[in-house]
Amino acid sequence: MATVGQACLILALLTCAYGIGASLYGASARRRDWVDSGRRAVYALAVLATAAFVILETAFLRSDFHYTVVATHSSTTTPTFYKAAAAWSSQEGSLLLWVWLLSLWSSLVLFLVRRRLRDVAPYATAVLLGFGAFFTALLIFSATPFETVAAAPPEGTGLNPLLRHPSMMIHPPMLYSGYTLWAIPFAFAIGALVVRRVDADWIRATRRFALAAWFFLGIGILLGARWSYAELGWGGYWAWDPVENASLLPWLTGTAFLHSVMVQEKRGMLKVWNVSLILTTGTLAILGTFLVRSGILDSIHAFGASTLGVPFVSLIGLMIAGSVALIVTRRDSLRSEHRLDSLLSREAVFLGNNLVLVGLAFVVFWGTFFPLISEAVTGTKAAVGPPWFDRYTVPLALVLVLLSGIGPVIAWRRATWANARRNFLWPVVAAVLTLALLVAFGVTSNVAAVTMFALGAFVVAVVGQELGRGVSARRAMADEGPARALVSLVRRNRRRYGGYTVHVGMAVLFVGVAASTAFQHARDVRLSPGQTATIGGYQITYQQATSRADYRGTRLERVALGAVLDVKRKGRHVTTLRTERGYYPATAAFASGSVVQGIFDGDATSEVGMKAGLTRDLWTAIRPDPEYLQKVIDALVAKTKNQPIDQQFRVVGNLLGTYRQGAFPAQFRLISSPLVTWIWLGGIIVFAGGLIALWPAPDASGRRATAGYAGRVARELGRA
Amino acid sequence: MDVLAPLLVIVLLGVVVWLVSGPLRAGAAATEEADTARREDLEAAKEAKYREIRDAELDRRTGKLSEADWRVVDRELRAEAMELLRRLDELGSE
Amino acid sequence: MDPSRKRRIRLIVALTAALILAGALAYTSFSASSAAVQPSKLRASADAGRTYQLTGRVVDGSIRHQGDATIFRVRDRNGRASVPVSYVGTVPDPFRDGREVIVTVRKKGPVFVGERDSLITKCPSKFTDKPASNT
Repeated sequence: MATVGQACLILALLTCAYGIGASLYGASARRRDWVDSGRRAVYALAVLATAAFVILETAFLRSDFHYTVVATHSSTTTPTFYKAAAAWSSQEGSLLLWVWLLSLWSSLVLFLVRRRLRDVAPYATAVLLGFGAFFTALLIFSATPFETVAAAPPEGTGLNPLLRHPSMMIHPPMLYSGYTLWAIPFAFAIGALVVRRVDADWIRATRRFALAAWFFLGIGILLGARWSYAELGWGGYWAWDPVENASLLPWLTGTAFLHSVMVQEKRGMLKVWNVSLILTTGTLAILGTFLVRSGILDSIHAFGASTLGVPFVSLIGLMIAGSVALIVTRRDSLRSEHRLDSLLSREAVFLGNNLVLVGLAFVVFWGTFFPLISEAVTGTKAAVGPPWFDRYTVPLALVLVLLSGIGPVIAWRRATWANARRNFLWPVVAAVLTLALLVAFGVTSNVAAVTMFALGAFVVAVVGQELGRGVSARRAMADEGPARALVSLVRRNRRRYGGYTVHVGMAVLFVGVAASTAFQHARDVRLSPGQTATIGGYQITYQQATSRADYRGTRLERVALGAVLDVKRKGRHVTTLRTERGYYPATAAFASGSVVQGIFDGDATSEVGMKAGLTRDLWTAIRPDPEYLQKVIDALVAKTKNQPIDQQFRVVGNLLGTYRQGAFPAQFRLISSPLVTWIWLGGIIVFAGGLIALWPAPDASGRRATAGYAGRVARELGRA
Repeated sequence: MDVLAPLLVIVLLGVVVWLVSGPLRAGAAATEEADTARREDLEAAKEAKYREIRDAELDRRTGKLSEADWRVVDRELRAEAMELLRRLDELGSE
Repeated sequence: MDPSRKRRIRLIVALTAALILAGALAYTSFSASSAAVQPSKLRASADAGRTYQLTGRVVDGSIRHQGDATIFRVRDRNGRASVPVSYVGTVPDPFRDGREVIVTVRKKGPVFVGERDSLITKCPSKFTDKPASNT
């Protein structure tokens, strides 16, 4: 079957090449049959990519170790869910996932617009197939997933235990969905530029795909943050690590794009800006894909052979050069139809939003690539740390939230000061009240955080007011109760209210970030059983040591040493935290002699003990004191020195018992962090808003009929 | 397994060729008619324009646009919508 | 003032502001950064008191614990030259012999003191007992 898989890839590459040729020929000779054939090449690519992916997945699920990829990323003892996900934990598998997803969305968009954009679509097809060809070529010549060995090893190396978490399994497909979906508007922008048809048609056709890209990419980013917080032993969710930043960059420019295209749709302005923005976003998406897989930046995630470096850099170079060339040569067609009339208009606010977002993207980009920049300028690689990022992103984030509250209130084209004053009254009152409350409660130590809280209240008040006014307007037009009015209001204006929901979600998220960063209490303490530490008003007592061994059949999978912690506040019991450190035996050490040493020579992970709450999270991670632990290990190793391996396993019970009863100290990281849950809640609200905006209009055909009628009426009125 | 693999490959190849050559075999219109291509594009533009008109109406009702401003905007948008309808009718009559 | 002139002024103001901000950004990044070095370079020339971002691999068998501090040696990715590091703070889960690490250090006598919580260990892309070949 591996040969079938390889054949699929080769066929796919040929299909891409054919499709590019057919589309370009059909476009220039104005022959629809060749254009249609080129479009169908995309469908064929989807078929082939699906086949290849299914073959690979099957190999993983069946633990077929003939496949090198399977042998090096999975094992028979890996749970089924993680076996399936292990496919994309490998470089080869993830590239195949990329092609597969790209082929699916491309087929979908080309099917949906098959009767529209006849001039633009062939070039978009060629661009999408170009991406397909690139990744397929990589899969064939650089990183083939279908490499097999004649003699399959009896066991695979298994999945890194750090990755055995549901979020970590969904995180790559979400990110890749986001990246590949950005290719769609990118391709159509290129097509629109080529044929010089840069009005809003290409934007309308790809709007939902851009929104979906933003949606999935955002989910992927948030899942990564969540995993970092809940699974890793440092208790944070964002470290400004280059790979984190790489996924954030296209999301920032993509958010800017989603806003600025509205300006082009309504007023024919910002054409150059929009194409530049989407071309940048597409390029950043490829850069994001590539950064994880290259070694050019020092990062916690940087894995992958540098053999992919040259092709990717070439692709990015081509994308940048091509984009610039197209924009420059087509600048005449990109003239604005209107100009910015007033700074008090939604266009101006959107422009401000764009500037802030692009500014944020620039800061993140600069900081991320600074090692390369400084090397080019001064000869030494230098890196900037999180404090530098925070210094610039915090004020920009504050301005962004402020604008997200102002935007919904200001009308398109023009707004009068009197109107604006009236509309801003209650939201400003809400913000000021919040500020007053915070000051009254003595929460003043961090100016940025307090400002963010006030702005958050502002945004929520604005949206609340909008909803209220909208419901009243709806009820005035149709006789409906408030609940029904709300539902039909949102249903008929999905983009608007979906967008407002996203703003609320972002405000909640930023408030959570501000609170958990500015008012966090964190301590590293060493406790023996019975001892207590205080943090942020909580008394935390190390009650009891725990230990256990997990077996899968007869195989020792994991030894966990942990603790039970009792948490009190003002003498009253609040909760119990359980935390563990899991040790995954390094099986090679068993062969060399000692079971006990082998247990602790493998990988270790933290099982975080956490009590999440609406107002604050209590978080802890344990690290059994290494010196004490080493003494126990040494003693047991000496005891079992000359025993055969299978007898040595009996000593595991000794180990567990000794740890439980001996009063060994352990190091604990204790964190009390307010409003962390608001980050995840805010994220959920954002994605709910995104879904609302994405959802197809209820009854398009019925609407078309009535709209046609309304149009006729309008025309009659116009003639009268 | 050894016979299955090449067979599958041939089947896939067949599927691909069949898919891709469909339009060419059907002998579809040899030349592009630019105008008919515009129909769906115009329809989409018309839908968008109607949305804008409704949006402006909602803006007026929720107090973002004053009566006077709204009248100006509404008239402009309706004029643009009527233009689109006119162009659609033109296409239809051909 | 006619509209086009107003627009031009707006554009100039905006561009100037952007340039100033970008300049501030660039300037502070150079002064706030710490040079990324491998152990061989650090051994050759390290100024006392200056912070460096040390990258390399943990030397097998060099990890010791002394109270709260973790003592280990970092060697060049492809070489033998190594430096001793004394570090207090969160130790990432994947930290062990042979793993690639990044830690911010400051020279203090013969030892390099790691900045608190600045130790980063690269996620191994494969769960493997065999020595990492080209991960």
